[in-house]
Amino acid sequence: MRTLRRSATKTVLSFSKIIPLIVGMILLISLISNMIPKSLYATIFRKNLFLDSLIGSAIGSISTGPPITSYIIGGELLKEGVSLIAVTAFMVAWVTVGIIQFPFESIILGMKFAIIRNATSFVFSIVVAIITVLLFNYG
Amino acid sequence: MIHQDRVKRKNISWYFLAAVVFVYIVVACINFSLFSTSIALFSKLIVSIIPIFIIICILMTITHYFITPDFITKHFAESGIRKWIFIIIGGILSTGPIYMWYPLLADLRKKGVQYGYIATFLYSRAIKIPLLPVILFYFNAKYVVILTAVMIGISVMQGIAINRILQFKQ
Repeated sequence: MRTLRRSATKTVLSFSKIIPLIVGMILLISLISNMIPKSLYATIFRKNLFLDSLIGSAIGSISTGPPITSYIIGGELLKEGVSLIAVTAFMVAWVTVGIIQFPFESIILGMKFAIIRNATSFVFSIVVAIITVLLFNYG
Repeated sequence: MIHQDRVKRKNISWYFLAAVVFVYIVVACINFSLFSTSIALFSKLIVSIIPIFIIICILMTITHYFITPDFITKHFAESGIRKWIFIIIGGILSTGPIYMWYPLLADLRKKGVQYGYIATFLYSRAIKIPLLPVILFYFNAKYVVILTAVMIGISVMQGIAINRILQFKQ
C-alpha cells in the first residue's frame, strides 16, 4: 500500500513537472494554428516520401520535451494537412534522438556510443516513418 | 548533477509557460481578434485532452509500481532471444526521464553488457504504453499498432548495428 502511494506520488511529481510545458505548448499551437496559413505547410512538406521524412526527422531531432508533447504537436500538424510520413518521422526523432541530452549521455555512456546511437536513431527515424506509412497505406 | 539537471528542467518548463503567456499578452494588445480565437482553440484542445490525462495518470502509477531499476538489472542478465525480449519490454515499461537511467546503464556496461543492448533499451523507451491514449486520440489504432511493431523491430536492428560498428572499430 505504501509502495502504491509512493508510485502515485511519483506520477503526480512527474506530471507537475511537465504540465507547464504541455499548457505552454498547447497555447503556442493554438496561436500558431491561427497565425500561419495552411498553404505554408504545403510549401514545406511537398508530399515527397523521402524529403518530408527528412525534414520531419530534422525538426524532431532538435526539438526536446516529454514524448506526450510530440504526440500533441504531431496530431495538430496532421490536422493542418502535414503528411503522415513527416509527422511520423518528427515524432520518432523527437523520442529517439537526444541532441539536448547528448552532453550528459556522452559523459556517462561514452562519446563514441552517444554519437553512433544518435546518428543511427536519426537515420532509423526516417526508415521507421517510411515503413510505417507504407504498411499503413498498403498493408 | 542529476538533481541540478532536474531542477533546471523544472524551471525551464515554467520559464517556457511564462514566455508563452507574455507572447499572448503582446498579441492581445496588438490583435485582440487573434488573441480571442487562439484562446478559444486552446480551451477546446485542453477540454478534449483532460480525460486522456486522467487515464495516463492511472497507467503511469501502475508502471511506477511494477517496474523498478532492480527489475531491469535482473533481466539484463538473461541470454539469447530472451535477453532481447526482456530488454525491449524493460525499455517500454521503464518510466521517468532518460537521464535518470544513464547511471544504471553505465553500471551495466561496466559489468560487461554490450552497447547494442543498451541502445535497444534506450530505443524501446520511445514506446510509451501509458501515453497510448494520447496517440490513439490523434491517430487510429491500426497506425499505432504498425508504428509500435516497426519501432520494436528497429530497436533490435539498432542494437545489432551498434554492436557490429563498435566491434569493427575496436
